[in-house]
Amino acid sequence: MLDLLAGPFLDYGFMRRALVGCLALSLGACPLGVLLVLRRMSLVGDAMAHAILPGAAIGFLVAGLSVVAMTIGGVVTGLTVALLAGLVSRLTPLREDASFAAFYLVSLGLGVLLVSMRGSSVDLLHVLFGTVLALDNAALVLIAAIASVTMLTLAVLHRALIVECLDPGFLRAVGGHGMLVHMLFLALVVLNLVGGFHALGTLMVVGIMMLPAASARFWSENVAGQMAVASLLGFAACVTGLLFSYHHSLPASPAIILAAGAIYGASVLLGRHGSLLASALRLRHLQH
Amino acid sequence: MVSAAGPAVRLHDLTLTYRRHPAVHHLSGRFAPGSLTALVGPNGAGKSTLLKAIMGAMRPHAGRLELDGIDRQDIAYLPQLAELDRSFPINVLDLVALGAWRRVGMFGRLAGSHVEQAREAIAAVGLAGFERRVIGTLSGGQLQRALFARMLLQDARLLLLDEPFAAVDARTTRDLLALIARWHGEGRTIVAVLHDLELVRAHFPEALLIAREPVAWGATAAVLSPANLLAARRMSEAWDEAAPPCAQAA
Repeated sequence: MLDLLAGPFLDYGFMRRALVGCLALSLGACPLGVLLVLRRMSLVGDAMAHAILPGAAIGFLVAGLSVVAMTIGGVVTGLTVALLAGLVSRLTPLREDASFAAFYLVSLGLGVLLVSMRGSSVDLLHVLFGTVLALDNAALVLIAAIASVTMLTLAVLHRALIVECLDPGFLRAVGGHGMLVHMLFLALVVLNLVGGFHALGTLMVVGIMMLPAASARFWSENVAGQMAVASLLGFAACVTGLLFSYHHSLPASPAIILAAGAIYGASVLLGRHGSLLASALRLRHLQH
Repeated sequence: MVSAAGPAVRLHDLTLTYRRHPAVHHLSGRFAPGSLTALVGPNGAGKSTLLKAIMGAMRPHAGRLELDGIDRQDIAYLPQLAELDRSFPINVLDLVALGAWRRVGMFGRLAGSHVEQAREAIAAVGLAGFERRVIGTLSGGQLQRALFARMLLQDARLLLLDEPFAAVDARTTRDLLALIARWHGEGRTIVAVLHDLELVRAHFPEALLIAREPVAWGATAAVLSPANLLAARRMSEAWDEAAPPCAQAA
């Protein structure tokens, strides 16, 4: 049993690298996912993940599969789309979710086209689904650095982020810089999606951000607790997915996302707060 | 507590727009230091917009708004209950402790004394024992009590309350009115948006009746005369949502 669980990580360097990358990703991306859920911005995360694609594709066209070039490209287009979509929803009657959807569909089309112009379909799969089992040093350092910056920023801005979401009027009244806080938050989301995209690809990275966050809501009733739970569940999903993919020769990033999906399903059914089980128990408690 | 008389708010020919729609036109006058004013008027009359402008959340379209003897940060603002995300995972103690923001800041650490003050404020609004309850499990009245506790902690000299008694039970209304009376006695300046005219007549010495344009401002009994109320209703029936920000020649 132990051999089944620990063996792959003890025997193979690439599995250990994948594990470290996933740990860093869970520590950074999952707490951000909790804030996205609380701000009702789950779809915005999805849109920004797609927005990274054309930038990463341009980086790929210029420098091939280079971590640095693809990262810079992804950050630039990710932030641009976040700003433009926000601007469109502020200046026109189009709602924010619709304007994000419009931008991300265009980004997806553009990105796939750009990669296909020069690369093979293997390269396209690499960009869309990541290469968690082939993380090089540059990618690992990048993911770890982004996770560190994220955790530090979240610690510093914790109170402002919570109030900006709960009661924006209060933050304004006490002279907090709500807009600045919001922008910093969006920048963190883009950074984490770019970091995660090297491991899980642009299509799957948003899964590791959102699924554990949506699950955490069923296990804790305060923001800090939900963030911790989300990181823990995210890492658990990564380990499960990696092992599953190793033993059954399946692609790793979909396996990780499916594991996160299974955890989400279990949380909806069995979680401590607001799950179907918790509601049923409370009903019984009230009847007796 | 408050030593000097509360601050004043002066409005000079103030015009405000809300989402590029006209909201308040040509309003001039003054909320006197230590005054307790009810802001009344039909739906869409610009009452909430005026509060937001005083708080500094929006710039005047024309005219001026001056705060006398107070910084922007010394204002406590009570949002409408509907503006708060009630499913947010935060407990009563943490919500109330936010009232210490001005002393603690965005980054500072909450000291034991702040938590102690928050507990006292929670007890003062009759919510003792609810400290660890998540706000989603509170009734409208209980949540409003918690928000009043946060204002107790804020200890601000100018209080702006947007519909404090909407969706609140009668007993809570009575208790919160007593708190407002106490704040008034301490010399704070208070402006509250209200709908219940009987309540305004009984508890608020001054009133400002607006229907996008000011109708009357002064002693409550005179402001809420049948003639003024009829005029306000007529003005609201004549509203054209597509009108430009200010049709009246300045």
